[in-house]
Amino acid sequence: MSQPQTFSDRVWDFFCSLKLAIVTLIILALTSIIGTVIEQNKPPQHYLQNYGMSESTYQLLDTLQFFDMYRSWWFLGLMGLFAVNLICCSIKRFPGIWKIVSQPRLVADDGLFRTFSNRDELLIAGSVESVRDKLTGLLGARFAAPTVTEQDGKIHLFAQKGKYARLGVYVTHASILIIFIGAMIGNVFGYKAYVNIVEGSSIDKVWPRAGQEPIDIGFEVRCDNFEVEFYEGGRPKLFSSDLVVLEGGQEVLKKTIIVNDPLTYKGLTFYQSSYGPAGDPTFRFRVTARDSGETVEVNARQGQRVALPGGGSFVVNRFAQNYDNFGPAVQMQTTGADGRQGNPFIVLQNFADFDVRRGGAYSFSLLESDQRYYTGLQVAKDPGVWVVWLGCFLMVFGSLTAFFWSHRRLWAVIEPLDKGVGVKIGGSAHRNQPAFTLFFDELKKDVHETLKS
Amino acid sequence: MTSSLFFNLTTGAYFVAMVVFILYIAAKSDQVGFAATVIGWLGFAANTVAIGLRWREAYAMGFQQAPLSNLYESVVFFAWSILLVYLLFDLKYKQRAVGAFVMPFAFAGMIWAQWGLDDTIAPLVPALQSNWLTYHVITCFIGYAAFAVACGVSIMYLIKVGKEEAAGNNPIGGVLGMFPSTKILDDINYKAIMVGFPMLTLGIITGAAWANYAWGTYWSWDPKETWSLIVWFIYAAFLHARFTRGWVGRRAAWLSIFGFAATIFCYLGVNLVLSGLHSYGGG
Ligand code: HEM
Repeated sequence: MSQPQTFSDRVWDFFCSLKLAIVTLIILALTSIIGTVIEQNKPPQHYLQNYGMSESTYQLLDTLQFFDMYRSWWFLGLMGLFAVNLICCSIKRFPGIWKIVSQPRLVADDGLFRTFSNRDELLIAGSVESVRDKLTGLLGARFAAPTVTEQDGKIHLFAQKGKYARLGVYVTHASILIIFIGAMIGNVFGYKAYVNIVEGSSIDKVWPRAGQEPIDIGFEVRCDNFEVEFYEGGRPKLFSSDLVVLEGGQEVLKKTIIVNDPLTYKGLTFYQSSYGPAGDPTFRFRVTARDSGETVEVNARQGQRVALPGGGSFVVNRFAQNYDNFGPAVQMQTTGADGRQGNPFIVLQNFADFDVRRGGAYSFSLLESDQRYYTGLQVAKDPGVWVVWLGCFLMVFGSLTAFFWSHRRLWAVIEPLDKGVGVKIGGSAHRNQPAFTLFFDELKKDVHETLKS
Repeated sequence: MTSSLFFNLTTGAYFVAMVVFILYIAAKSDQVGFAATVIGWLGFAANTVAIGLRWREAYAMGFQQAPLSNLYESVVFFAWSILLVYLLFDLKYKQRAVGAFVMPFAFAGMIWAQWGLDDTIAPLVPALQSNWLTYHVITCFIGYAAFAVACGVSIMYLIKVGKEEAAGNNPIGGVLGMFPSTKILDDINYKAIMVGFPMLTLGIITGAAWANYAWGTYWSWDPKETWSLIVWFIYAAFLHARFTRGWVGRRAAWLSIFGFAATIFCYLGVNLVLSGLHSYGGG
């Protein structure tokens, strides 16, 4: 029967085979481990130092692209092979499955009946028509309305449920390809970038992760305020940036973003990702000279010496947003008119009259402190992400369908015999046979009762 | 009434249930098996109450977070998930002896959490403040728990199948007589993976959705993500091997044990051995 296979048949069969799928899955699983053991995309010195690797080992692994393996030609090649396998396998099998779904076999011959493990035969007194009507009614009530076909003097009934369950596997498999397509769209048409915006300023360019040239985004984003909050004990609680999108100087969108709640505008999404101080903090002090009682208000910037009436001066060395849970504080130092430098001391913003007790020539109250921050944003453009989500949805939907739904079919033949009416009934389910057997045994009882009455 | 009291009760109940399940296999008494199952249910109830109380305790401290925020909480939730899946399978299959091979996983988790892990309630850092965290952890752990059940019955399968083959057509008595038949064990293995696989798929997807919300990339080949994909590949291979290559029985059992080992590595090994973004590392 079987023809000698041509070469192209063999290639086709190779790409259709499930063996290839299993082998590819296992190779993918094994090779994926490499990138979890060797950190990816680090500079060469990192590997030479931290992994105790010789120069030649490094060269070898680099040639094999082990330091960026998930983008290597061989890993992407494996994924490609996997996709081709999936496509070929589906092309080969789908038409057969579609035929089962769209053109059900309405007439079961003896050969088909013999394949059923669930079947029953009985002999009824009465007319073929009355048996047909009773059985049609019963199947309609207990299972699904049957299709009636008359052929060669026999009446054939066919009823089915869950025929689309057959497609679950194909939906699952297609979903994998859809996810691949979504990932490719993102790679080709999207990019990942970052940008830092100093509070009060705006940007219209972002810096891509790959490449040096900034990308013009075609609108402006301003950061009005950045806020960081801490839990007692110092763990960060909240990072937030008040962002404003501007088109031609007009505000078009305002949003306070936090981690896990980004801002999206024209296909670009801005994610809160880091922050840092921008420039030196500035302060406003009220200074009282002890001897004269004279009071002045002065502005200062960290690290800059500020002259005081009477010939002295001071400099702010450091600033803390929250010093020992007492709130904002500076560490500063004065220099007397004689040029003698005093010891560093701390001034707390929340305790305005506290510094008098130090008993220095000048006492300081910190009225205002302002540390400007920049907010660090990740910027992503990914037009493929919705395709990926669609694929994910179909994958879950498809695999649940494939696993938990089955295509159940029942056939019956009613024929006039010498001693009465012969009825044969049989059926099968494409999965979860035990449940179908339970159902069938119940049905058998009902059939007996209904037809014998 | 504090959560730690109920966690102690949980650990105790799981230990007793485990011992009584073993006794059941030795004593071959249905009453003993029933008692073990009841103790399992009571432990599960205590575990549920404990997690609920801990949730309330976190709220009372001003932290609006589900009790799934660190390694300790995840391990006790893992124990809870194992019981959930196991008890549902018990309701369906009524194979008591399986308890002796599944309870040890839950008990090991509880005892490790209580003796070895830091149980302070700490607030979540901003990256973890997301509802996706809750969906992600729940789906992943139900998946892992189903794989634990599959692994337990696979071990039973391997113990039983050798004896059964040696015995030929004679029914095997003794302790192994209390085991379900190899056919049923093989079926439960497959059914558990059928539950676990879509759950793991959902777990990976919710993780990707969350990463996309937080960082703008749904997949970054972080070691944890990669390992979850490795586990997923293994069980996908299991399903396909079973379907066409007829990998049932012994080889399916080994593949299931192997898959669970990879699962545990994904859950614990990655954080304890490799580095990554996920928070459950180091306790
Ligand atoms: C990781 C990727 C894959 C996933 C998640 C997946 C998922 C599934 C699922 C859930 C089933 C149903 C299994 C069952 O009924 O127990 C299935 C069946 C199947 N898969 Fe896949 N699959 C994948 C890759 C592949 C590939 C690459 C092939 C290519 C040959 C393939 C061929 C098949 C076949 C032939 C069946 C049986 C179909 C039937 O019931 O008629 N699968 N797959």
